[in-house]
Amino acid sequence: MDLNANIPSGPLAEKWDNHRFSSKLVNPANRRKFTVIIVGTGLAGASASATLAEQGYNVSTFCLQDSPRRAHSIAAQGGINAAKNYQNDGDSVFRLFYDTIKGGDFRSREANVYRLAQVSNNIIDQCVAQGVPFAREYGGTLANRSFGGAQVSRTFYARGQTGQQLLLGAYGALSRQIHSGKVKMYTRREMMDLVVVDGKARGIITRNMKNGELEKHHADAVILATGGYGNAYFLSTNAMSSNVTAAWRAYKHGAGFANPCFVQIHPTCIPVHGTYQSKLTLMSESLRNDGRVWVPVKAKDERKPADIPENERDYYLEKKYPSFGNLVPRDVASRNAKEQCDAGKGVGTTGLAVYLDFADAIKRDGGNTILKKYGNLFQMYEKITDTDPQKEPMMIYPAVHYTMGGLWVDYNLMTTIPGLFALGESNFSDHGANRLGASALMQGLADGYFIIGNTLANYFGSTELGTVCSDREEFGEAKHNVGDRIHKLLKNSYEGFKDHITVDDIHKKLGLLLWDNCGMARNKEDLSKALEELPKIRDEFWDRVYIPGKGNDLNQSLERAGRVADFLEFGEIMIRDALTREESCGCHLREESQTKEHEAKRDDQNYSHVAVWEYQGDDKEPLFHKEELTFENVTPSQRSYK
Amino acid sequence: MKIMATIDLTLNIWRQKDNDSLGEFEIYQLNNISTDSSFLEMLDVLNEKLTREGKIPVAFDHDCREGICGMCGAVIDGVAHGPEKATTLCQLHMRNFSTGDTLVIEPFRSRAFPVKRDLMIDRSAFDRIIQSGGYVSTNTGGAIDGNSILIPSDKAELAMDAAACIGCGACVASCPNGAAMLFTGAKISQLCLLPQGAPERHSRALAMIDAMDKEGFGNCSNAKECEAVCPKSISIRNIARLNREYAKAAFLSETKK
Ligand SMILES: Cc1cc2nc3c(=O)[nH]c(=O)nc-3n(C[C@H](O)[C@H](O)[C@H](O)COP(=O)(O)OP(=O)(O)OC[C@H]3O[C@@H](n4cnc5c(N)ncnc54)[C@H](O)[C@@H]3O)c2cc1C
Ligand code: FES
Repeated sequence: MDLNANIPSGPLAEKWDNHRFSSKLVNPANRRKFTVIIVGTGLAGASASATLAEQGYNVSTFCLQDSPRRAHSIAAQGGINAAKNYQNDGDSVFRLFYDTIKGGDFRSREANVYRLAQVSNNIIDQCVAQGVPFAREYGGTLANRSFGGAQVSRTFYARGQTGQQLLLGAYGALSRQIHSGKVKMYTRREMMDLVVVDGKARGIITRNMKNGELEKHHADAVILATGGYGNAYFLSTNAMSSNVTAAWRAYKHGAGFANPCFVQIHPTCIPVHGTYQSKLTLMSESLRNDGRVWVPVKAKDERKPADIPENERDYYLEKKYPSFGNLVPRDVASRNAKEQCDAGKGVGTTGLAVYLDFADAIKRDGGNTILKKYGNLFQMYEKITDTDPQKEPMMIYPAVHYTMGGLWVDYNLMTTIPGLFALGESNFSDHGANRLGASALMQGLADGYFIIGNTLANYFGSTELGTVCSDREEFGEAKHNVGDRIHKLLKNSYEGFKDHITVDDIHKKLGLLLWDNCGMARNKEDLSKALEELPKIRDEFWDRVYIPGKGNDLNQSLERAGRVADFLEFGEIMIRDALTREESCGCHLREESQTKEHEAKRDDQNYSHVAVWEYQGDDKEPLFHKEELTFENVTPSQRSYK
Repeated sequence: MKIMATIDLTLNIWRQKDNDSLGEFEIYQLNNISTDSSFLEMLDVLNEKLTREGKIPVAFDHDCREGICGMCGAVIDGVAHGPEKATTLCQLHMRNFSTGDTLVIEPFRSRAFPVKRDLMIDRSAFDRIIQSGGYVSTNTGGAIDGNSILIPSDKAELAMDAAACIGCGACVASCPNGAAMLFTGAKISQLCLLPQGAPERHSRALAMIDAMDKEGFGNCSNAKECEAVCPKSISIRNIARLNREYAKAAFLSETKK
């Protein structure tokens, strides 16, 4: 597998400029001769669809939901970073770059992250131009708030609905192109396979979720913007349909999968409370601007929070990390919460929660100011838990939230399959071993609005592409395989439910296996055990799963089954990856690799690389590759937020 | 700490194969539902039960389960999204109901929203209204610095109030005329309140209202049902704004002729 990252030469700050200058272009009149498939309408997919259509390409865009506006990005709450330095508090492109690369624990590429910081400012301008109603100061200028892992205020926001507003902006731009006929929009479609012709990505097979029909689509390039795989754990903050299927199909056609074990566990989520639960709800990190995290000093303290006097509360983050306090990065905050709960200091019925307390902020700024900032989050919390965070501290616990791992891409966002690109959360590119808050929205929009237009032109301009139609045998074969697989999934459906299990039964089992062994803290013994367990769950699934309904019909159980089947395969490279990385870094804590103070210990000598997995066949172990990381502009230091 | 409470319910659910088939209510008994679970989690439990009984589960749309994607929605005892104000179905919790209750659950109904299956409907008409002009026509690149457009914070907040619409369709389902004025008014308002929306202000209003009519949505007769069920509390002042924008635009295009 060729893992050439194609990083342009020259000084860091000039690389992107140099690259754009040396890249091939496609002249405007010729662009209409190219067709591009884009799978996904989250921030990455919607922004890419709109931008490429504006440039003149013919775009076909696909999404699972009934409308492109409902992609998972809609749920992002807190905000989006940019290096505007509007607050005059010492921010710069270099600082945003540095914070992001340090936040990622020095496991990402300098050149990619620097480019991200560079275009961050254009994103804000673009979104303002679209009419995104960002929060404003009284004088009319854009407002900012702070997020974890940074000491400057650089996060732009629209109440607690930033993702919604940014996505509606991109959806507007996409809608305009649908109206003009440059984008053909396919909703309620699931990509089931990638079609590769002569070594290049040339199309996809989709399942029309309205009637079960399998469809062939051909193009000159395929762009995946299909989001992250957090739902492998069953419970996560992701939307219910978030999945790994599209990326996994690409992997099986030879696309390298990078750092699959890098999964972000977000510190501030509403704790798990029952077995019927279908998802976990995030309480935005922005709450840590004003909320103080604490647990009782005494273990197993069952008093109500209000009855615990100040001197019997342990504000452990403020104590341990005086300079960042409650705003330490997510991995650090999550691990510390787990540590407190493991020591018996957790609160609530399950003991798996810590307090996030707004009493001091309300006293200082008044209830109204706090409500204006977090009103909708407080409301959501109250709806779910039936308690009012203005009167009682919130209870929070870490939950699976974001996946830094994803399809390996080079500087051009192209995977190891020529003509197949991956954008947004579906690629691995910018966040290393831990993503800082408010930087996923930034990355998704950077990829879609400002990067892919350049790098796709370069691909078209420098590649010999013959005409390919979907009547070629590669398409027929792929469609046939998809049909076969659906048939296999439904094999128990004709006998009625007897000694069977449901899709959810298996998904929960898989989720628990991953959460217990490949979650917040990992060790060799548990990971090895999980690697042995997983095939058994997989076999059980294919043996005993019962899916009601038919294949050639609307069938939501079948949709879920297909995704779970892929998670069951994918889980294996997650565990393998976690086993192979015998260091701690970012989200990935190997219990064998800790400092005396129980902080993660990174091992740059042996692990300063991107781990990339290559498919070898269903019954073969995947091949492991490394892309070595080199740092010329920053010196990797042990992260310290003290 | 509270102990987990449970309730037993009788569910009267609309089952319909597709828009061409006739539908009917089916009755299901469902016991031991945690009052901490959400309405959709209750439906999950029902669907698991139906699956284990070898029956076909109830189809319903959902995704974020956080009240923001606008995908979920059904009419519960005659009220879109159920009894709790300003709440989507996915955020409605079962503590709002009591043991012994019978709930009637049906899809959002409207001429412009054909039923796909059971509680699942086709809301693509909303997308087409937006496609007709619900945006600022600006290409990627070339935008001026964000801070060079100053917007007073109260204006920005007002625009945000309108922009908060999640496009779920509850407004249409509750309107006696099946009007989409709240939905359309919210987008028109957001963009006419902001300077960025000014250049296309008139053409946008004309195009979007035209699209709305073409989709078969009805007209507003001030019943205010839409505002009452809106999970995001979008105000009917947005409809007044829509009417003003339309009147101005129509007047100007008349005088230009
Ligand atoms: C609750 C929550 C809050 C967050 N808050 C923030 C925040 O404040 N700031 C921040 O920066 N980040 C935040 N994030 C992270 C951020 O929202 C996501 O990383 C980002 O939106 C991902 O965007 P995307 O475009 O890559 O993919 P998504 O938005 O996940 O879109 C995926 C798209 O792919 C489609 N798709 C997937 N699979 C298929 C398939 N097989 N066939 C066809 N279509 C398919 C889907 O339909 C969808 O359209 C948050 C995440 C969550 C869960
Ligand atoms: S599922 Fe998204 S709003 Fe209810």
